[in-house]
Amino acid sequence: MKYILMMNCPKAGYDTFGAWPKEDIQAHIAFMCGLNKALRESGEFVSAEGLASPQQALVVRAGKDGAPITDGVFPEAKEFLAGYWIVDVESPEGAYSIAARASAAPGPGGAPMNMPIEVRQVMSGPPDEFQ
Amino acid sequence: MTPGSLDTPSEYLLRELAPQVLGAVIRRFRDFAAAEDAVQEALIAAAIQWPREGLPGNPRAWLIQVASRRMTDHLRSEMARRRRETAAAMQPDYVAPAAALENDTDGDDTLILLFMCCHSALTPSSAIALTLRAVGGLTTAEIANAFLVPEATMAQRISRAKHSIKTSGVPFRLPTEQERAQRLRAVLHVLYLIFNEGYTSSVGPQLQRCELSGEAIRLARAVHSLLPDDSEVAGLLSLMLLTDARRLARTGPDGELIPLTKQDRSLWDREQISEGIALLTATLSKGSIGAYQLQAAINAFHDEAARAADTDWPQILALYDLLKRMSDNPMVTLNHAIAVAMVHGPSAGLELLNALDADGRLNGNHRLDAVRAHLLEMAGDHPAAIAHYSTAAGRTTSLPERNYLVTQAARLRESANSNTASEP
Repeated sequence: MKYILMMNCPKAGYDTFGAWPKEDIQAHIAFMCGLNKALRESGEFVSAEGLASPQQALVVRAGKDGAPITDGVFPEAKEFLAGYWIVDVESPEGAYSIAARASAAPGPGGAPMNMPIEVRQVMSGPPDEFQ
Repeated sequence: MTPGSLDTPSEYLLRELAPQVLGAVIRRFRDFAAAEDAVQEALIAAAIQWPREGLPGNPRAWLIQVASRRMTDHLRSEMARRRRETAAAMQPDYVAPAAALENDTDGDDTLILLFMCCHSALTPSSAIALTLRAVGGLTTAEIANAFLVPEATMAQRISRAKHSIKTSGVPFRLPTEQERAQRLRAVLHVLYLIFNEGYTSSVGPQLQRCELSGEAIRLARAVHSLLPDDSEVAGLLSLMLLTDARRLARTGPDGELIPLTKQDRSLWDREQISEGIALLTATLSKGSIGAYQLQAAINAFHDEAARAADTDWPQILALYDLLKRMSDNPMVTLNHAIAVAMVHGPSAGLELLNALDADGRLNGNHRLDAVRAHLLEMAGDHPAAIAHYSTAAGRTTSLPERNYLVTQAARLRESANSNTASEP
């Protein structure tokens, strides 16, 4: 079963990340690379992406003629998707445990950040007919 | 193998030979994991060379030779590495035994490999992946494609599975008489899971995943030909054939789910249905009846009905009664409730669902809500049916099923509205 683990972060988080001490930034990046490597080795990795800073984020809607209408940069208070993993695991608990590992990524001073990670199951094809 | 390079008969030959060749190489070199890699390379070499140079006179011997050569290369570099690392270069494990165990037949090798790959030490997904590669002769890329994961992920899953087999110390031989029944159950369960993976194909690369059902049927056929007297093996093969026969009718052009009652039965594969029924009839005369045979029989009654209204529900109910006695599975109880409703009316079925509520094991499971919605609709209680269709839609993780359930709720709401509108 596949799950998406979404790491949300307040916009302010993006700005403060850049202000962390160098070794903390490096430790954080190394942790994320290590997590991805571990997921590949355990045969659970499907995909993972980190998203660019929301500075340039826009909301797009179709106008009357179908042309894109863009809404400016978001207000400060909003939470943004910072990145996600898609994992293929044997059970929901498998997904929760990976989410907990990601959540504990080191922050300033190396302390675990305990970020909220939203865990959602990815929908699958039609169900089987016999059980 | 490499798409488009081998014709279908050669590809099937290659897949059929894969476990036999692997068995021979393991006997000679005794290292399952390395032998499996070597055979995989030999299969890939065959897929490239055979279309160009023609089928060798003895394809099996050709594959064994190529795989053995790879194996020797591997051992040579392994020994060189060991020589560098330790003084003890020659490990007794790596000396090929002079005489292989000639008494065993090639067919047994396929069985032994199935027993190994479907060992209970492996998680279901590892067992599935390893079975498809070592016994099914599929490449890692093909398996990864079928499960929509990156090839590297699937490669890791397979190599971990091989490692588990190594550490669990399963010997390369048939299980003892005492173990056999239980181990065979595990094998059949893995084949059943592979079939389901294909049958529950996601909306995207449908064709790839349908091949999984085909592969499960092919493997079940192989086991059936090796154990023709085992009625559960025949039962599983029959169940697969009778279910797969409806595949084309089961989804609409956009992948939407079409329930059994609404399917265009002219799309059902008659040949496959006849084969499944013949297999089943042959096993039923043998006496012992297992769960796969019962499920096959239930599907046979569905497949034999020319119209949904012709379905022999009393017979299906009798089969569910038997199945229920055999296993304490709440899903069986749920299907039993549907059969009861079809024979004795919706309120009798709904009463059984109340018992399932009390049982608790299906709490939060969308199927319980979906069946309740269906029976409530049959009973004419549309508002309650709408509520349960909606609950079920919110709980399912299958996209086509979600769409189906949401549509059912909308259909009932609309008919309620048009009824009110037409009232004076």
